[in-house]
Amino acid sequence: MPSTYPEQYFPILLQVLLGVVVAAALVGLSFLVGKRVKNKVKDTPYECGVNPIGSAKERFSVKFYLVAMLFILFDIEAIFLYPWAVVYRDLKLFAFIEMFLFIILILSGFFYIWKKGVLDWQLEDEQTFQQKKQVLK
Amino acid sequence: MDAILFLIFAAIAVGCGVNLVVQRHPISSALSLVGVMAALAVLYLLLGAEFMAAAQMIVYAGAIMVLFVFTIMLLNAGSERKTDKALFARLFGVPALIGFIVLIGFLIRTLLPKTENVVFGTFTEGTARGVGLKLFTEYLLPFEVTSLLILIAILGAVVLARKEI
Amino acid sequence: MEFFIITGIKAALVAFVLLTTAAYLVWIERKVLAHIQLRVGPYRVGPHGLLQPLADLIKLVTKEGVLPAQVNKFYYLLAPFLAVALALVSISVIPFGKQVEVFGYKTYLELANVNLGILVILAISSVSVYAVALGGWASNNKYALLGGLRSSAQMISYELPLALAIVSPLLMCNTLSLREIAEAQAGFYFGLIPKWHIFQMPMPQLLAFIVFLIAGFAETNRVPFDLPEAENELVAGFHTEYSSTNFAAFFTAEYCNMVTISAVATHLFLGGWNPPLPEVISNWIPPAIFVGFSLLAFYHATQTSPTRPWDKYTFPVLGVVLLGLAGIFTLPLLRDALTPLFWFAAKTGAILFLFIWVRGTLPRFRYDQLMKFTWTFLFPVSVVQLLATGILVAIVN
Repeated sequence: MPSTYPEQYFPILLQVLLGVVVAAALVGLSFLVGKRVKNKVKDTPYECGVNPIGSAKERFSVKFYLVAMLFILFDIEAIFLYPWAVVYRDLKLFAFIEMFLFIILILSGFFYIWKKGVLDWQLEDEQTFQQKKQVLK
Repeated sequence: MDAILFLIFAAIAVGCGVNLVVQRHPISSALSLVGVMAALAVLYLLLGAEFMAAAQMIVYAGAIMVLFVFTIMLLNAGSERKTDKALFARLFGVPALIGFIVLIGFLIRTLLPKTENVVFGTFTEGTARGVGLKLFTEYLLPFEVTSLLILIAILGAVVLARKEI
Repeated sequence: MEFFIITGIKAALVAFVLLTTAAYLVWIERKVLAHIQLRVGPYRVGPHGLLQPLADLIKLVTKEGVLPAQVNKFYYLLAPFLAVALALVSISVIPFGKQVEVFGYKTYLELANVNLGILVILAISSVSVYAVALGGWASNNKYALLGGLRSSAQMISYELPLALAIVSPLLMCNTLSLREIAEAQAGFYFGLIPKWHIFQMPMPQLLAFIVFLIAGFAETNRVPFDLPEAENELVAGFHTEYSSTNFAAFFTAEYCNMVTISAVATHLFLGGWNPPLPEVISNWIPPAIFVGFSLLAFYHATQTSPTRPWDKYTFPVLGVVLLGLAGIFTLPLLRDALTPLFWFAAKTGAILFLFIWVRGTLPRFRYDQLMKFTWTFLFPVSVVQLLATGILVAIVN
């Protein structure tokens, strides 16, 4: 029976190696087996047959950045829940009250961002749309 | 066995760290940092901090670095241009680096309290259960303060990303 | 040393079974979708198109792996590599059944039993965001970039309800190891209702199960959350520029992840390998099912139509195979090892069928609806249900 961490996690390491081999084979196979014909049109980005205009590397909505940022914060909250769940039987109501306070504080932040419309993906677009309409008038 | 694994993953961590600085494209640097985080997680595991290893992977590699990658994509940052190195950097760069490492090593050796040598497999309190028992009894206050910190960070994120408050 | 050799054999076996399952899942999906839409689906390659996955593989391998001129070559190839490697790793902490004895060695039907089981899966699933984000970014294609970005934002957003839904059954069993989670759900109330987490007192986890499934659908980019691959607006999303086996890698990864998510859902909510009825009855269910199907096969062998000349031969063969399986499940020595495996596979299969069923039935979300749904509905719901579970468990226990 494995006792130390290296032994416990050895199968995962082995599976990582196996995964790397399979993945490398899968990615490499097409270059070994498939025939290759170079073609100028084939090399261009696929845009349904229309010639691509401009670069693909455009800037995009700040919403994505905000989602990633909020995800970090709530992910930290979520990771605290796991040790909490494991010791729940030992601490019972005490643990519940602790976590209740913790979650309530974070949820108040959550409701703030909700009311600010950060979670509403359409709202901002509509606002800018209305503003643009105003400007055009 | 443990020592060999430790050395391998320490080497990976340092290698990724060096790669982070050397690479010129920000995405490459960010991914090197992911490599550092992953190698560090394995090191934590070897030292017996099992839960820390998982938290490291989930929070650092899986959340914080995703934000980095998103930001790089968002700003559409391209490769850095290589500028002509300043005379000062060319002359004193490497010696200053060596001097810095020696200084840090010296400080760690002399100023920090002496610790026992690490014996792999002796520390077993790093499981989710061990962390939970400590966190929810002894370190209760820091835990609750963390929620306040996260709350402030949420407000900060919104303020940074939106013009009006 | 023995341990290492056994682990090696098991790792190879698990990887082989997972990849085969993924390949045949594609076949099953095409068949089921076809029947939902009143078609027959793959029928040409082998009996009932059973060799279709093999034909697909050969086709994909012999196709040209296009490497467009403008792509960032390293990251373009790293993305499918990461996707499939990570998909194969996460299966390693999932147990498939109870302890078995093979040639005198006692071993568990699992690769690794780690204390952190479920966290390892969560960690790997949180890292696999990079495969999608990088694939979209490196392709230098507007569709791919948008698709990759949408997909990765979707994956991280749905990871929160997923993580919260996992915690609430954990409050009852107080462990992170998947084997212990499954073992904690053994037994019955009144000798009839199984103590699975979706039925377990004081708080049946039905709501958490539903939240987990919804988030799991989104994590694996399946309908109705397959926005990144919405053909009508984004062509093929983040893998627009991928062809040949590079595309196959993303495809394999998606199906492997489906299998993993279903297996995790089985362990967390559906009692793992624990049977739905007391063992006196449930031990006879697998043989009964196989015998029933074999009788059905023998019946159909007599009902051949001229348009299907092969049925005369294939149906009796199938019937005999099924009878043999039924026989294996009645042998006392093999039964103890195989019956838990059967229940585990049956439950996982049922969830996988749900994945396909949903794909055949539901339309797609709009992207703003999708993001709004998780942040303003799924996340608060999972928090409330977690707190409700918490207070009930704390008071009752």
